[in-house]
Amino acid sequence: MGQTALLRIPMQKPEIIRRHSPATRVLHWINALSVFLVLMSGLQIFNADPYLYWGQHGAEPDPVLLAVGAHGFPHWATLPSWQGLATGRRWHFFLAWLLVFNSLAYLLISLASGHIRRDLMPNRREIAPGHLLRDIWDHFRLRFPRGDAAKHYNVLQKLAYVGVIFVLAPTLLATGLTMSPGFDAACPWLITLFGGRQSARTIHFTAAMLVALFIAVHLIMILLAGPWNEVRSMITGRYVVPPGKPE
Amino acid sequence: MSRHVWTRRQLLLRGSAAVGGLLLGGCDRLSRSPSFQQVLASAEHLTYRAQRLIVGEALAREFSEADLSPIFRSNGTSNPNNDLYNRLRVGGFAEWRLRVRGLVQQPLELSLTDLRAMPARTQITRHDCVEGWSAIGKWTGVPLGSVLNRAQLRPEARYVVLYCADELERNDGGYYESIDLVDAFHPQTLLAYELNGRALPVANGAPLRLRVERQLGYKQAKYLMRIEAVERLDGIGQGRGGYWEDRGYEWYAGI
Repeated sequence: MGQTALLRIPMQKPEIIRRHSPATRVLHWINALSVFLVLMSGLQIFNADPYLYWGQHGAEPDPVLLAVGAHGFPHWATLPSWQGLATGRRWHFFLAWLLVFNSLAYLLISLASGHIRRDLMPNRREIAPGHLLRDIWDHFRLRFPRGDAAKHYNVLQKLAYVGVIFVLAPTLLATGLTMSPGFDAACPWLITLFGGRQSARTIHFTAAMLVALFIAVHLIMILLAGPWNEVRSMITGRYVVPPGKPE
Repeated sequence: MSRHVWTRRQLLLRGSAAVGGLLLGGCDRLSRSPSFQQVLASAEHLTYRAQRLIVGEALAREFSEADLSPIFRSNGTSNPNNDLYNRLRVGGFAEWRLRVRGLVQQPLELSLTDLRAMPARTQITRHDCVEGWSAIGKWTGVPLGSVLNRAQLRPEARYVVLYCADELERNDGGYYESIDLVDAFHPQTLLAYELNGRALPVANGAPLRLRVERQLGYKQAKYLMRIEAVERLDGIGQGRGGYWEDRGYEWYAGI
């Protein structure tokens, strides 16, 4: 009996923190669904003319920058799954408005609460080359932060989130509006900024592909980091901190 | 312990695959549902209101000769090729008349000579097809507003409907389009009879086509035959305001 007492290893009680605010969680899931559907309806629109051009004009006799297959993307990747430009456009612009409102809500709440400054903006120490390189090396070895370090985002994570929120999303909105002949009349400087409507279309497509890449990496990282804990933290807010190594 | 984690991971993966499949199947079903189409279409009203508010009377960007597309491609009908149109075309459109009807004080019948005698406007603008491509062309024509002023719209008139000679599908009345009065009286909205300094080619809508520069290509009705001022659009065609609109495309094509 005394022996069993000696052999007992002290169990570390898992530390649970509230990782995501209710606003972040609700807006995240609206965003997740909308982004998937806006990308797929975007591919449907792209398939109506699966060529990219550069400059003010781009049409049949003009040089093509990039062609995607003979008919564009496969139908399983488009919304709707049949060839339907009109329906694809309906989805795309509906979701575009939804995403604008969702992003505005996110920005207002997160700026007011300090979430962006506190949790997302990398500090000077983090973007020092040494720290960045170590973080990249840790990611390569799939060594994820534990203990106190797991309570906040690492620098690559911060850069990815900030890149999507403050670079890709505004680029997608601005290039999307540049493709609108109506909006162009109000803001002709947008056409100048992107070097033409067809350049704007190409940039819009490229930025959308980068968002798709972000989603792929985001999902892989969730699987590697422990999907149950990660997904639960975005639903209930509760996150079990991976215990730190006993040094 | 590790066995437990693996099951959950598996559950999560399979679960998300199933949810994804259901979601996409569900979206296709929603795409076919008329009531959900109404929900999606609410975005069009929002876009229309927002653009009317933000864009107002602003002019579409005009380009220089250096920006012209080497060839201004045509799309849709490239020749109406029906008896009436062929007869008019063979006669060099001398017999062709643009009829202005509907809610006007003064119905008109204008020949090409009449239109060419009116003050003209030339503009180099970008044509944006709903498919995604753009071409830049130089258009010359009469501002639609001057024709409407001559016909004197009645106060009830809210839309201008344009009827065309081409019948993409022969049994349902052919191509038509409609615009509101903001666009009808916009200074760049032309009844164009020239492209790139030459008489409008058949492929691009001879003898007369609409240019409504702040909207997409399918609004730029070709082969114009008749203009009608109306109060409502629901009694015309299938009631959505245009050939492509009746097939699900937005009536407001400013985006």
